[in-house]
Amino acid sequence: MAGGHSTYTPSSGIGRWVDQRLPLPRLVYDSFVAYPVPRNLNYAYTFGGILSIMLVVQILTGVVLAMHYAASTELAFNSVEKIMRDVNSGWLLRYLHANGASFFFIAVYIHIFRGLYYGSYKAPRELLWILGCIIYLLMMATAFMGYVLPWGQMSFWGATVITGFFTAIPLVGEWIQQLLLGGFAVDNPTLNRFYSLHYLLPFMIAGVVILHVWALHVTGQTNPTGIEVKSKTDTVAFTPYATIKDGFAMVLFLAVFAYFVFYIPNFLGHADNYIPANSLKTPAHIVPEWYFLPFYAILRAITFNIGPIDSKLGGVLAMFGAIAVLFVVPWLDTSKVRSAVYRPWYKLFFWLFVIDSIFLGWLGSRPAEGVYVVMSQIATAYYFGFFIIIMPLLGLIETPRRLPNSITEAVLAKTKGSATVTPHSAAAAPEKRA
Amino acid sequence: MKTILSGLAAVGLMFSATVAVAAEYPIYKPQEMDWSFAGPFGTYDKGQLQRGFKVYRESCSACHSMKLVAFRNLEALGFSDAQVRAIAADYTITDGPDADGEMFERPGIPADRLPSPFPNEEAAAASNNGAAPPDFSLIAKARAVERGFPTFVFDIFTQYAQSGPDYIHALLTGYQEPPEGKDVPEGTYYNPYFIAGSSLAMAPPLMDDVVTYDDGSPQTVEQYARDVSAFLMWAAEPHLEERKKVGFRVMIFLLIFAGLVYLTKRKVWTEVAH
Repeated sequence: MAGGHSTYTPSSGIGRWVDQRLPLPRLVYDSFVAYPVPRNLNYAYTFGGILSIMLVVQILTGVVLAMHYAASTELAFNSVEKIMRDVNSGWLLRYLHANGASFFFIAVYIHIFRGLYYGSYKAPRELLWILGCIIYLLMMATAFMGYVLPWGQMSFWGATVITGFFTAIPLVGEWIQQLLLGGFAVDNPTLNRFYSLHYLLPFMIAGVVILHVWALHVTGQTNPTGIEVKSKTDTVAFTPYATIKDGFAMVLFLAVFAYFVFYIPNFLGHADNYIPANSLKTPAHIVPEWYFLPFYAILRAITFNIGPIDSKLGGVLAMFGAIAVLFVVPWLDTSKVRSAVYRPWYKLFFWLFVIDSIFLGWLGSRPAEGVYVVMSQIATAYYFGFFIIIMPLLGLIETPRRLPNSITEAVLAKTKGSATVTPHSAAAAPEKRA
Repeated sequence: MKTILSGLAAVGLMFSATVAVAAEYPIYKPQEMDWSFAGPFGTYDKGQLQRGFKVYRESCSACHSMKLVAFRNLEALGFSDAQVRAIAADYTITDGPDADGEMFERPGIPADRLPSPFPNEEAAAASNNGAAPPDFSLIAKARAVERGFPTFVFDIFTQYAQSGPDYIHALLTGYQEPPEGKDVPEGTYYNPYFIAGSSLAMAPPLMDDVVTYDDGSPQTVEQYARDVSAFLMWAAEPHLEERKKVGFRVMIFLLIFAGLVYLTKRKVWTEVAH
């Protein structure tokens, strides 16, 4: 696709016949066989493939679970338990689906951090990045609604808290909340519409994934050096090179996934969700699933009014802002150099950002009181500071390391080893670690 | 960079040390017990499950329902089909309405679920100072004392998934005299292992020798607590053994497959510097 000219030649008569009418095999061949990828991609670049596998796992297990699930407040909890107890391999399907959501997020977070580290969002890949952000947003909506379906205590109270955010919006807030809930409180209409949307959104994700992959194949992949592909020696064919490397990473990822599913299937969940929803009994600590915890911490960090904005609206704005800021990252980063490999200061601030995000996640699981509030505020300040202050300023003042002239040069310098240390090889070496 | 990172880690540890006490209850964390069903090859001890069922039946079931467990499920405890039928027949089930629109009573059959001690939630609450005793079908997965950092990280590698039975065991054996000067609200019993306060409305439910074991196991509160905790774990996770058995095969397959794919990958890439 990127090169514009196809090298596909049908080998059989049927192949030629199909190719003249609907060149689907040609599209697949050009996209996943002959497609040139940079030769220096490391394992951080395998998570796109892993994510597509996870999407398939979620849709397949989800469709079968839907055959046994009943979206009614009277039946939902027990129908899930019926799946766990009486449906053949139902326990496996449900644990795959529940843990699958978590591993989907683990993969997407690594994928996003990889993009931030190697500057994958920079021109000409802004749309590719934004499409990724949309997928992430859809994933969050899907996961949140899916967590409501078992109708446990955390399902119910999580839904109450999160839909409650919308009431903070002036004028239309109450209306939006009631539209989401289908009433004045989380109840049967809420469960029904969440179920419907939980089934719909994954297919919208699949649609945006197609656009995401399309955009990727137009611009080509980035690589750890951040230098664009310049000649044929810079690339290898997608198959077998990327296929087998992605395949190895997928199998390893699935092994970790399987470890959780089969040995500690409830580790990532919350015990309270094994208690049926009870609108009269509030759990001691309402916490969302782990993958939302950093945003939950940011929400609760805003404990003060800012002018006309009260703390509730401020918290909601900060939380949505934390996701919205991702969309404008391509224009916040002013650096001419793409990859963190050649940006010593950016690299430092990036890793601090990773630590900060994990720290925010931990804070999100703590009660919002005492010292935790102050820590959340500091961590939130760094979260936004990283995007709004560090990214634009650093690009202007940082002196990057010297870039190699091409991917091939970087690779050859690296493989020649320490005997011939050139400035290029010294610069290219750090990517080994990633 | 390294020094900055280790400095940050030190600050982080200091913080977590100072705030770790913030979680108020339980006052004491449950002791970790040895469970036959722990670990990658864990299996239920059927003798223990049968004893635990006996404790549930003769003690807990006076107040606590177990709505999701059917008599037919008890075959997993090692009971024969005939034994299950006999156990079910011991219970009276209200069925109906019949052709005349009347409810009627009949002996239980394996397809029935364990009958509840109270006809409905309101009746259960009315008989228990306004709070219905929780159903026991999932209690072993519905209670977990927070493990805290860094223990919860180690739990991934030790496959610790027994916080439910550990908690139940700790609670049942944890009743004690309140410390000097501690005010215990009337009608509640001091128990520092209770997850939601310092005392709870349930009186100590077990005493030595209240349940007769016919396999010679010690008839102590300690033994009862262990057995009933194991039984409740089974009730909450009846497919645990199958899960771990399938899991072992899946892990072996995936690891061998990963090895083969890795070797293939190396072969494919040998010619290409990258």
